[in-house]
Amino acid sequence: MLVGVLAVLAPGSQKVQQVFFSPHHFAKSAGPVWHGFVINIKIMVVAEIVVLVLALGIAILRGLPGPAAFPLRALAVVYTDVFRGIPLILVVFIVGLGLPGLQLRFVSTQSVFVYGTIALILVYSAYVTEVYRAGIESVHASQVAAARSLGLTHWQTQRHVVLPQAVRRVIPPLLNDFIGLQKDTALVSLLGVVESAREAQDYAATYFNFTGYVVAAVYFVLLTIPLARFTDWLIRRDQRKTRAAAG
Amino acid sequence: MSDALALEGVRKSYGANEVLGGIDLAVAPHEVVCLIGASGSGKSTLLKCVNLIEPVTSGRIVVDGEEITARGVDVNRIRRKIGIVFQAFNLFPHMTVIDNITLGPRKALGVGRAEANRAAEELLERFGLAEKRLEYPDRLSGGQQQRAAIVRALAMKPKLMLLDEVTSALDPELVGGVLEVIRELAESGMTMVIATHEMGFARDIANRVCFLDAGLILEEGPPARIFESPENPRTQQFLQRILEAGRL
Repeated sequence: MLVGVLAVLAPGSQKVQQVFFSPHHFAKSAGPVWHGFVINIKIMVVAEIVVLVLALGIAILRGLPGPAAFPLRALAVVYTDVFRGIPLILVVFIVGLGLPGLQLRFVSTQSVFVYGTIALILVYSAYVTEVYRAGIESVHASQVAAARSLGLTHWQTQRHVVLPQAVRRVIPPLLNDFIGLQKDTALVSLLGVVESAREAQDYAATYFNFTGYVVAAVYFVLLTIPLARFTDWLIRRDQRKTRAAAG
Repeated sequence: MSDALALEGVRKSYGANEVLGGIDLAVAPHEVVCLIGASGSGKSTLLKCVNLIEPVTSGRIVVDGEEITARGVDVNRIRRKIGIVFQAFNLFPHMTVIDNITLGPRKALGVGRAEANRAAEELLERFGLAEKRLEYPDRLSGGQQQRAAIVRALAMKPKLMLLDEVTSALDPELVGGVLEVIRELAESGMTMVIATHEMGFARDIANRVCFLDAGLILEEGPPARIFESPENPRTQQFLQRILEAGRL
């Protein structure tokens, strides 16, 4: 509300309206920015699929029992600490500029699309690992005791008893992280990937009008809303179930 | 005949806190032994040690002629021979009743799904749960859940069953059904060690009753003798309190 009032009353509001909210430029930039937005969607889909699998793997490593698995557990801890600690923008630069700089055969000859996606995967896997881990730890120890008492191995217990319950519980927070990932696909434009933000930037440079940024923003919001509502619905459904079970 | 279960000098400590202070107990095949005693006397811990859920601090446990506390023993193989039923049922909430029951046979014993289902249905029929086979645990009453948990343990065809206060979490009107199941098991010759607060039931079903206090078996014997003429003052005191509470 306040922002709206300020935007209308501010001395420069006339100018901002022309430069950011021009109907003419909105229509004109919608096409090219959409073109870029398709790249965002591609990055998002690839990254989310890889993150789902990779993060689960790391979370499982972190839960391995016994002293023999200590190096693997330590590796998982270091990974999550490091990649949750580094700002995504730095990871994008380090991966996007560093890997090509190594001049290796396969590693250094990928497209900026690939490097950008790898950077997103590295950072978001660290977050999602923690989400999975919270889910795994929320499964009561008595469930593990019951499974192990049947003679199931650690892995069988994880596979059939712990993980199915854990994953179900973490779907809402996991989708929340994915909303973050969707937005952060715009950061790979820093490497020169011509996605929607970059298209809007190019448009601005050509026509001296920033409406393309607003177009890109609208696309992102339109993509986020269904996912956010779906997350809400899942949470409500879980609450209903829990109440039904308690009653 | 060799013992189904033998404990020799079993001790268990959590840090400085000694929960089991040297337990000696031998259970013959087909024998039903009831463990009685106040909460915290070590009954549950004893059962958890036999199932290797809790490692013993010292002492030996022998099941069916095999020392299970030996170094390097395959705990999964041992546990498949021993069924345990918990106070809180611990059914798997994301699986139907029949999947709860067949998980162990299918994954730990490698039985095919069809055969595991057939065996499970037979057991469910026998324990009056046939029509609940496709329900999820949260749709069952506490008594039904506990019976399903007993069937889950039985599906592994164990040599020995451990029951850990299996009626303590149940509403009073549901206790009877579960005790009936245990009675049937005893009659079918199952070797059982039962930790219980149901003194009337223990007197009824046990071949032998052991009174635990502070991690030691203070007194043991046939139920008639333990309940009617206990010798140890602690046993007398415990039973007196139970009597006053109207639980005997």
